[in-house]
Amino acid sequence: MIGIIFKARFTMHSTGSQHATLTLAERAAVDAVCARLHRLPGALLPILHAVQESVGHVPKDAVPLIARALNLSLAEVHGVLSFYHYFRKQPCGKHVVHLCRAEACQAVGAVALEAHAKHSLGVDFHGTTADGLLTLEPVYCLGNCALGPSVMIDDKLEGRVSPQRFDRLIAATRARPIRPAWVL
Amino acid sequence: MPRDAAALSVGADETAEAIAAEAARRGIAIELVRNGSRGMLWLEPLVEVVSEAGRIAYGPVAADAVPGLFDAGFTSGGAHALAQGVTEDIRFLQRQQRLTFARVGITDPRSLEDYLAHEGYRGLTAALGRDPAEIVASVTASGLRGRGGAAFPAGIKWQTVLGAAAPQKYVVCNADEGDSGTFSDRMVMEGDPFVLIEGMTIAGIATGATRGYVYLRWEYPAARIALEAAIAAARAAGYLGDDILGSGRTFDLEVRMGAGAYICGEETALLESLEGKRGQVRFKPPLPALHGLFGKPTVINNVITLASVPLILDRGADYYARYGMGRSRGTLPIQLTGNIKHGGLVECAFGVTLRELLYDYGGGSLSGRPIRAVQVGGPLGAYLPESQFDLPLDYETFANAKAMVGHGGIVVFDDTVDMAAQARYAMEFCAEESCGKCTPCRIGSTRGVEVIDRLLAGGNGGGQEALLRDLCETMTYGSLCALGGLTPYPVLSALNHFPEDFVHAVHS
Repeated sequence: MIGIIFKARFTMHSTGSQHATLTLAERAAVDAVCARLHRLPGALLPILHAVQESVGHVPKDAVPLIARALNLSLAEVHGVLSFYHYFRKQPCGKHVVHLCRAEACQAVGAVALEAHAKHSLGVDFHGTTADGLLTLEPVYCLGNCALGPSVMIDDKLEGRVSPQRFDRLIAATRARPIRPAWVL
Repeated sequence: MPRDAAALSVGADETAEAIAAEAARRGIAIELVRNGSRGMLWLEPLVEVVSEAGRIAYGPVAADAVPGLFDAGFTSGGAHALAQGVTEDIRFLQRQQRLTFARVGITDPRSLEDYLAHEGYRGLTAALGRDPAEIVASVTASGLRGRGGAAFPAGIKWQTVLGAAAPQKYVVCNADEGDSGTFSDRMVMEGDPFVLIEGMTIAGIATGATRGYVYLRWEYPAARIALEAAIAAARAAGYLGDDILGSGRTFDLEVRMGAGAYICGEETALLESLEGKRGQVRFKPPLPALHGLFGKPTVINNVITLASVPLILDRGADYYARYGMGRSRGTLPIQLTGNIKHGGLVECAFGVTLRELLYDYGGGSLSGRPIRAVQVGGPLGAYLPESQFDLPLDYETFANAKAMVGHGGIVVFDDTVDMAAQARYAMEFCAEESCGKCTPCRIGSTRGVEVIDRLLAGGNGGGQEALLRDLCETMTYGSLCALGGLTPYPVLSALNHFPEDFVHAVHS
């Protein structure tokens, strides 16, 4: 009973002006995802994936909408959102560069590549370049362990990434149009 | 031409486009099939041309080499500097025993017809003619053990689920292949997805489960596309659904994506995640076989385990069990990775030694420097020195040497490796990926990084090493699951086998 009261209070508290930071298009995207997926067994991860896929990240103000759709507390949704490395709570660059830090890539120069990537992009892990185009993220294994060092740029895996090849890949990425799927 | 993600990572799409364009320009009619990878990853992008003598391999073929290949008449098997001869005769492949990987790199993974033409769905057909208990007995008799790393006998898990009475049961495939140095699950899902679907269907029929989930890591988007295409094709042809091949049996499945949590490869954390929760480890008992997904009896097995089942049902348990040594029956898809000249996928019977794998198959290090250490079994596996390279791959032999076979990943390091840094990284990784449920793992891993830092800084003399060993003992015996429990393996093996790296750091 106490749980129900708390849940209701959180939900009521979360409605209203707090959604103002979501754009109309973002709000519509989150609502559409929730309407489409909320009946799935174990729907929370599929919903978070779909929101991130359409908005580019999971905005803080999407959490109450998701919580209400699934009849969960804000704490439960926030707890899941913050547990998984892949979900982003902040907007990121137009492209995401995941750089592998795991052992097989370390054995062929990933540590040096990491230093080069941070230096050449001018960011640390989780940072976005000054032009807003690229976000650098660490990843622990991309399953390309015989052809390391590996990076994944958006959905495309790249192997044998020397610092020189990294620079070429980054230049090509900067020249590409942004992901069309995102609601902006 | 492979469509495997590893092949794509070194330009297979660009090469395929160049081949199509060059063929069109020259007016040569070709049929371009995008197969899985043969697993000879140093030769990727590998182009194979079908000829009367068999498939002729060319590799590695960069896009700019394509006009030269056409000049050499490669579409009819012409000689060229990149020609590797008949694929099957390449030494790396020739000596393998490919059972689970029998079709990978050979068939078109999008084509159900191709799968059927290469002995596909014969295991399911055999299973439909048997009692559930007979199917489970076959899996038990084959000696198949969980290939995800824990090596628990698959048949015993299945038997427990079969014996549990419940209105709903599940089959869950653990495709959260997070260990560094492994990609065999990915290769199967991308290169032969139907075999996994068939294995899961057999598991469902054997245990009375009607619903399946593949829990796939987000890092494998190409595997998701391949699996979902195969699931749709299998469903359309009546291999999934309410009345499988007219048998009246029901089974269907879907793919769910993980979100970058290594711990979700642990089976109970995976089930939590599938239920939409934080991926935190559950206490056992109750076993997932009795109280698994949504509280229902659940078969949860790794990709390779499930993909090995169709062959066992088709050829019989004895056929599979005659491979291997000791209590490790059948074959293991081994992944040669890191600083290795000929990296890739080697499937062979248990009993092969590390030395054979590293030198006969792998050709030594990529850098040409001496191999100093190998890590077997992922980030929780021990680092082994040259003196242990004659260990045969066998679950019990490795356990006795305080090492583990795990998911069959072998990461090679040359003599430039700093083993103290590797030990520190193992603790750092555990701290990063700990689910936080139990104290030895959550706190111990962070303290472990600090103790190693102090040890390397030379503070407090020998006291830090004793503290580190004591901490490792607490983590080993006090952690709830293998993440905290096995992180001491890489740490202590580095310390025990390579003490000079720690001593040197102290003096310098």
